[in-house]
Amino acid sequence: MHRRDSAPSTGRQPTRTDRRLLHDTRAGRTQLRLAGALGLATAATVVAQAALLARLIAGAAIHHQTIAQLSDPLAALAAVIAVRALLGGAFEASGRIGAARVMSELRGRLAEHLLLRSPVTREGERTGELAAAVVQGVESLEAYFAGYLPQLVLAAAVPVAVLIWVVPLDPIAAGVLALSIPLLIVFMILIGKGAQAQARSRWRSLALLSGHFLDVVRGLQTLRAHRREAAQADTIERIGEQYRAETMATLRIAFLSALVLELCAMIGTAFVAATIGIQLDGGHLTLQAGLTVLLLCPELYGPLRAVGQQFHASTDGLAAAERIFAVLDEPAMLTAPAAPATPARPSRPRHTQPAPDPRTTPLRFETVSFAYPDREELVLDGFCLALEPGCATALVGRSGAGKSTAAALALRLVDPTAGRITCGGVDLRELHADAWRRQVAWVPQRARLFAGTIAENIALGAPDAARAAILAAAAEAGLEELLSGLPDGLDTRVGDGGRGLSAGQAQRIALGRAFLRDAPLVVLDEPTAHLDAETAGAVGEAIGRLAGGRTTLLIAHDAKLVSHADRIVEMHLGLTIARDPRQPAATAVAA
Amino acid sequence: MRRVDVARGTRERTAWRSLLSAAHAGRTESRRLVLAVLLGWGAVLAAGGLLLTSGYLISRAAQRPEILELSVVIVIVRAFAIARAASRYGERLASHDAALRLLARLRARFYRRLAPLVPGDLGGPRSGDLLSRFVGDVDVLQDLYLRALAPPVVAALSIATAAVAAWLLLPAAAPGLIACMLLAALAVPALAASMAASAGRRQAHARAALTAEVVETIDGAAELAVAGRSEERIARLQAADAHLAALARRDALAAGAATTLGALCAGLALLAVLLVGIPAVDHGTLAGVLLAALAFLALAAFEGISPLPAAARRLRACAEAADRLDELCEREPSVRDPSAPRALPASGELVLEGVRARYGPGEPWVLDGIDLRLASGRRIALLGPSGAGKTTLAHVLVRFRDADAGRLTIGGVDVRELGQDDLRRAVVLAAQDAHLFNTTVRENMLLARPGAGDDDIWRALETAGSGDWVRALPDGLDTLVGEDGGLVSGGQRQRLALARALLADARFLVLDEPTAHLDPATARDVIDNILTGAGKRGVLVITHSTIGLEHFDQVLELSNGRLRPAAPRAVAA
Repeated sequence: MHRRDSAPSTGRQPTRTDRRLLHDTRAGRTQLRLAGALGLATAATVVAQAALLARLIAGAAIHHQTIAQLSDPLAALAAVIAVRALLGGAFEASGRIGAARVMSELRGRLAEHLLLRSPVTREGERTGELAAAVVQGVESLEAYFAGYLPQLVLAAAVPVAVLIWVVPLDPIAAGVLALSIPLLIVFMILIGKGAQAQARSRWRSLALLSGHFLDVVRGLQTLRAHRREAAQADTIERIGEQYRAETMATLRIAFLSALVLELCAMIGTAFVAATIGIQLDGGHLTLQAGLTVLLLCPELYGPLRAVGQQFHASTDGLAAAERIFAVLDEPAMLTAPAAPATPARPSRPRHTQPAPDPRTTPLRFETVSFAYPDREELVLDGFCLALEPGCATALVGRSGAGKSTAAALALRLVDPTAGRITCGGVDLRELHADAWRRQVAWVPQRARLFAGTIAENIALGAPDAARAAILAAAAEAGLEELLSGLPDGLDTRVGDGGRGLSAGQAQRIALGRAFLRDAPLVVLDEPTAHLDAETAGAVGEAIGRLAGGRTTLLIAHDAKLVSHADRIVEMHLGLTIARDPRQPAATAVAA
Repeated sequence: MRRVDVARGTRERTAWRSLLSAAHAGRTESRRLVLAVLLGWGAVLAAGGLLLTSGYLISRAAQRPEILELSVVIVIVRAFAIARAASRYGERLASHDAALRLLARLRARFYRRLAPLVPGDLGGPRSGDLLSRFVGDVDVLQDLYLRALAPPVVAALSIATAAVAAWLLLPAAAPGLIACMLLAALAVPALAASMAASAGRRQAHARAALTAEVVETIDGAAELAVAGRSEERIARLQAADAHLAALARRDALAAGAATTLGALCAGLALLAVLLVGIPAVDHGTLAGVLLAALAFLALAAFEGISPLPAAARRLRACAEAADRLDELCEREPSVRDPSAPRALPASGELVLEGVRARYGPGEPWVLDGIDLRLASGRRIALLGPSGAGKTTLAHVLVRFRDADAGRLTIGGVDVRELGQDDLRRAVVLAAQDAHLFNTTVRENMLLARPGAGDDDIWRALETAGSGDWVRALPDGLDTLVGEDGGLVSGGQRQRLALARALLADARFLVLDEPTAHLDPATARDVIDNILTGAGKRGVLVITHSTIGLEHFDQVLELSNGRLRPAAPRAVAA
């Protein structure tokens, strides 16, 4: 019903994602500071190691010092090596922990966004793809925090430290190095751009391929019914091969900039070696100074090269984060509080007051208009309806007329774009959503079962209900027959990992939820669409009981069901036409 | 405790066996893989050569020789620089190419093994698990060669090369260097892998649990919100998340420790070489100019070893993924083709004789002695409350499962003597939960009859009552239906599945709930259209709705596992 465009927004700047990771998440900010400190310490050890090693080699080779005379620099070198190794480990461990923390934070925000701000049903949303990004994405994010970020910090810190050390030793080599760095950075940026575009397209085609594979696996039964399972295996191979050919074409170009970068670094080293050699030959340099500079060469280029390579790998993680940010950036369907105290805990309205009781006072849609965010067309346009206390109102009309949207508005799953919905004169938006929803029971078109027992599923909206009450609700929903056939009865596990129930049985569990909830307002969205005629009749009677004394909004096709209503309202293009409920409705509804 | 260890040992063995069999799938790419390994080795060699000759160049220059002598060395240094960049480029291309080829092959391979198990033998694994199994695990295996098997080979070649070079420079320096390299190549990755393994094993469960929570949250956000369970669900997600994070922290510390150990090994090698080299210069057994080369060798030698801890972790991940895939795919399909299938009889009735079926030994009979004859041209309606076994009966008719007792014959031949494809050519099922593929309406229809023309497709759509609707779509037959038909309403989805079954050239149609989600008038039209459009085909309509039943030749009711003529009130209604 409430389908929304799940395509990643193309208008948004993709390069912002990593900045958002580092600045918009608490864990990301901590990680950035930590990496900075580790990077500075590492840069110091890099220079110290080169200087000490050069001192040792020159001492032995030129000054003919013995190992005993060199014991001090040797001990110092050992200490520097140990510290550098520890810093490397700290980079790795903290990067991974940081990635997990950032991902937890994003998952938490996503859950809050979905549950508190935009809880509309997401049909047509690629649930599997989003779930994969949310859970698996952490691995690729590790590549960013444990791989890319340390190298990025080192790429900034090490060259500076190296140049500071080399300038007094050998200004010419320092000049060569200083000149080559901007060149490298230019190529690094080129690589970054190319790699990002390429990784995004690769992520998209990988997701597409995964989506295709999943689609085929899910549809295997249908494929087998039509004897197409064998043909699909070939299709999987063919599409994979096609994807490979396309990817390799982009990779050949994407890797080319990495090739140039590598060439720059390698030839830079070779060039420095040559200048040092010629200066030494001319007697303008000491061996110790020359060796120090040469040893620092690969150390200087190393992080610069690695940052390009790691960027390549880390962009996958960014794509997963981007997928989550895209959902978080969707405008909330529920009115946001004016000034959220903490960004993590949103949607506390300013004036929280006790919710009015729809049993005693009517629920009014007052010229309500509604459009989904980013969509032009209005689903509802100036919709007016009053649900009188204790009165069952049936809403009929063609699909697309906005019936389900009206239900979502009554449930405060969405808030109106214009106009207002009031109960006892109170605008629903001034109430805490949960406080209002406590007054409401809902039977959706397709009930969702949650992993757990049947009892837990029935008690979804009343977790503290007594077992006898759950049993009574189950009986009223027509679940007795199902339960008597199950060895574990109410304790049978259903949902993911449990026993599969038919659509009709799931629907009856949803009815059971509504009975148990015992709320003053009941919203039923085609509750018998999946039930057989006999049960539908029985359930219809139960619905009659459920509606007794309660304000009811019933959306239905079925003529028998509609006859339980006290009033029938036909919706047509977001407008309403009231009709006499006792008039035989079947033909009119179907028209 | 011991028993647990034994079980784990067995599990490990099967995991490695699964890995070997998955690795076997890559044998067709062996030439590319060898090329990738050789190029990787070449890159390591060139980097080492560059450092080694640079070190020599500088030390030699300090002795102030003829400039010509230096320029030869300078040329060699540059050659190494270029060779390094070129071989790295080639290696990347070759290995990515091989990995992508492998992925396509692995997907098709595991798909082929899974196909005969659907739907009868899967026994409802968590949908989140199926996702991680068939997308995640197969994806993990694409890294098998590129990131798990190739690095050890490159490392071994690098160690051998470094050993030879050290031997040539100063034989006494070789043992220390080799010892440090072996320590870095064997002990560190093994330690890293085993430390990560226990955390990783538990992580898989934590991750599956979190995936299930996340899927429920995304799908069920509205129901949770209305039920007032949002805050509780957020807390549950946080708990699942914290559990995973605790395990991930352990994994991270293991990885950090491995990185530190690896760096320490490399540092130790440098110190060892210096401790042997400096006295050797002093004693005159090593030329002073070569000391720098020796030290540079120790620095460069570890480049080929550094990817090993990551490779070891990756190898373990691959083994576990391969094992999970095998565990699923190794099940014996309960419905199998006979070794020598008989030819499909050209005509004859579809007959159920005393068919009994249940979900498992000891469970109640869902079908308890069903007799039914479906002749061509005959229309039978089968009524029954939900859960009465109607869908089980439909599954028996197309051999998605076999009867536990009794038999199904077509033209007098037991269907178990026929090929499954032959039976499904004669009997087509439009299931209640038929899948719409994420492609166009046309492609979804062509599934039933690949060669069908647009005329045939439109005729089938008209019969199913979808003609007007499809015509009104922006792209007509070329409109995309979305993931699992997500862009299409329940009623339209059901009618497309029905149209697809009508398009198939089958002798018998088994239609499971063809009028669900339809309003009464449309349902009546659809039933009328099916009965006229079916022509000479035999039609069995399974339904809970009583609309249009008066046009059927026979109306039966399934209750308590048996068939009986439907009560007149049902037909009359």
